[in-house]
Amino acid sequence: MDTQTWIYLVVGATFALYVGIAIWARAGSTGEFYVAGGSINPVANGMATAADWMSAASFISMAGLIAFLGYDASAYLMGWTGGYVLLAMLLAPYLRKFGKFTVPEFIGERYYSKTARLVAVVCLIVASITYVIGQMKGIGVAFGRFLEVEFATGLLIGMAIVFFYSVLGGMKGITYTQIAQYVVLIFAYTVPAIFISLQLTGLPLPQLGLGATMADGSGMYMLEKLDQVVTELGFPAYSTLKGSELNTALLTLSLMIGTAGLPHVIIRFFTVPKVSDARRSAGWALVFIAILYTTAPGVGAMARLNLMDTIQTGPVGEENANLVYENRPEWFRTWETTGLLEFEDKNGDGLIQYYDDTNEEFDQKARSEYGWEGNEMVTVDRDIMVLANPEIAKLPSWVIALVAAGGLAAALSTAAGLLLAISSAISHDLVKGMIKPDVSEKGELMAGRIAMAGAVLGAGYLGLNPPGFAAQVVALAFGLAGSSLFPALMMGIFSKEVNRVGAIAGMLAGLGATLFYIFMYKGWFFVPGTNLLPNNADNWIFGIQPESFGAIGAMINFAVAIILSKVTGRPPAHIQDLVESVRVPRGASAPSASH
Amino acid sequence: MSTKDQSAAAQYWRANIRLLSKLLLVWFLVSYVAGIFLADVLNNISIGGYPLGFWFAQQGSIYVFVGLIFYYVYRMNQIDREFGVEEE
Repeated sequence: MDTQTWIYLVVGATFALYVGIAIWARAGSTGEFYVAGGSINPVANGMATAADWMSAASFISMAGLIAFLGYDASAYLMGWTGGYVLLAMLLAPYLRKFGKFTVPEFIGERYYSKTARLVAVVCLIVASITYVIGQMKGIGVAFGRFLEVEFATGLLIGMAIVFFYSVLGGMKGITYTQIAQYVVLIFAYTVPAIFISLQLTGLPLPQLGLGATMADGSGMYMLEKLDQVVTELGFPAYSTLKGSELNTALLTLSLMIGTAGLPHVIIRFFTVPKVSDARRSAGWALVFIAILYTTAPGVGAMARLNLMDTIQTGPVGEENANLVYENRPEWFRTWETTGLLEFEDKNGDGLIQYYDDTNEEFDQKARSEYGWEGNEMVTVDRDIMVLANPEIAKLPSWVIALVAAGGLAAALSTAAGLLLAISSAISHDLVKGMIKPDVSEKGELMAGRIAMAGAVLGAGYLGLNPPGFAAQVVALAFGLAGSSLFPALMMGIFSKEVNRVGAIAGMLAGLGATLFYIFMYKGWFFVPGTNLLPNNADNWIFGIQPESFGAIGAMINFAVAIILSKVTGRPPAHIQDLVESVRVPRGASAPSASH
Repeated sequence: MSTKDQSAAAQYWRANIRLLSKLLLVWFLVSYVAGIFLADVLNNISIGGYPLGFWFAQQGSIYVFVGLIFYYVYRMNQIDREFGVEEE
C-alpha cells in the first residue's frame, strides 16, 4: 500500500473512533456537560489531561525548537512539565474541594465580587481564544500536507468532528475522546522516535539513545558528535546554554505558572470524584506528559543530526562533500512545494551549503577558503522537523500515516478542551452567574451547547482568517494565565488576608504590566510598526524577552494584592471560613451549581 | 467549628505547608539550579554521553517532577489520616 492510502486509512479510523465515542458519551445534565459528572477515574483523567495539555505545539513544534536551539530549549521542557508540580501542590486539590464548575466562579466567590469574576472571565476567554487559533492552524496544516486537501477543507473537516463530540457530549464526550486521542498521539510520537534511535545508536529508547555512543563506528557520543557537526559549520554548540541565565530562568518560571494557571487544564481536575484523586490525577497527567517530553529531546537532536548529515555529506570545505541539489531526496522536494524548506544556489555550483553565515568569522573563512557565498538553505521551518522526520529516516509508510493522525489528535484534543473552557465561562459565569441567574438547568445546558457551537464556529473563522499576530499570541496566553489567574487563585487559597480590592487591583496590575511589556516590543495589539523598541536582546530590559515577563507580572500581582489588602482590611468572616474549608479534603462533594 | 477543631485545622495546614516547602525546594534545585544556574559547572561532569547540566535540563528534572508529585500524594494521604480530615 502506498503512503497516501495508509494515511486515509489511519486518519479515517481514528476519526470514526472519536465520532463513535461522542455518540456513546452524550451529556444529559449541566454536571455532565461541565465536569463529566465528577466521576472520572484519576488515571483516566490524567491521560485526558495529558491530551488536553499537549497541543499541536507540543507535538509538532517542540522537537523542532529543541533541534535548532539545543540547550536553550530546555526552558520549554522544564516549564511545561514543572507547572504540574505547582498545579498538584498549590491549586488542583483545593479548587476540587471548592466543588464548582469554573475557574472564574472560584475567583468570584473567594473575592466576593462580580467584578473579580468578570476580570477572570475576560482573562480566560482571551487566553483560550489566542491559544485555540494555533490549534486550528495546526489542524489545517496537518490536513493540507497529509490528506492533500485545501487548508480550508481540512479545517472544516476538523471543526465538524470537534463540533460533533463537544456540543453533544460536553466535558463527558471530550474526556473520553481525549483518552483515545492520547493513545493515538503518544503512539505516533514514540514509534518513529524508537526507529530513529535504533538506527543511530542501536538503543530503542531515545531517552537513552541521546546519551549513548553512535552506531556508525566512530565511538563518539551522540551529543559530542552533534556538537562537532554543528560547530564545524559555524553554528553555536548544541549542548551548552547560550542565552542569559536570568532570562532562561524567568522564561521557565513564566511557562510553569502559565501552565498551572491555564483554565482549560485546571477544570480537568474538577472531573475526579475526590480531593485526593485530584492530587493523584496531576501525578498521572505528568507521567503521561513526561513520556512525550522526555522523548522530544532525542527526537530533536536526532532530527538535527540527520538533517545536517543529509546536506553536509563529507568533511567541511572539501570538494564533493555537499549534497548535489539535483540529487536531493524525495522528502526535500515535497517540503519545498510547501515553502517551508527553501534553497537558493548563491554561488551557482549546484551543491547545497548549509552553514551559519551570521557567524562572521566562519562566514569569512567559508567565502575565502571554500568559495561559499552564504547559507543556501534560506528557509528551514522548525515545524517540519517532526513531520518530516520519518521520511528523512526512511521509515515505512504506515509510520508516516501514524504521525499524521497523531498531529491531528494533539490539535483536536487541545482545541476541544479550550472550547469547553470558553463555553462554560460564557454559559455558567456570564449567563447563569450574571445575566439570568434564574435560568433552569435545562436552559443552562442549552446555553452551554449554543456557546460551544458559537465557540467552534468562531475558532474556525479565526483559523481561516488568522490575525497577523497569530504566531505571537502563545506568549500572550501564558502571560495572561501566569500574571493574572495563577496569583489570584494561589492567594485565594494560601492567604486569608487578601481581599476584594487587593485581588482585583493585583490582577489588573499583573496583567497590565505584562501586556505593556509584550506590546512594547511586539506592537500595540500586535499591529506591526507600533512597537516602542525593536524586539531583540539588545533592547530588552535586563535581557528579559517578552515571553519571559509573565513571571515578573505575577510578582507585581502578588505585591499589589498583598500591600493593598493590608491597607484596606481583612475579608469578611464567611470568606475566611471558605478558605478554611477549601484547605481540608473532608466534606468534598460532587461539583454542583447550587450555592 | 470549635476552637479545638480550629487549632487542629491550623496544625494540619502547617504540616501541609512544611511538606510542600521541602518539595518545592527540590523542584527549584533540579530545574533552576542544576538545569540553568549551575549548568556550566555541572556540564564538566558526564553520565554516559550526557553532560550533567544538560541531563538535568532535558531529562532529569522531568523525572524528579513526577517523583515529587507522587511523594506528595503519598505523604498528604498520611497527613490527612493523621489529622482525621481524609474523605469518607
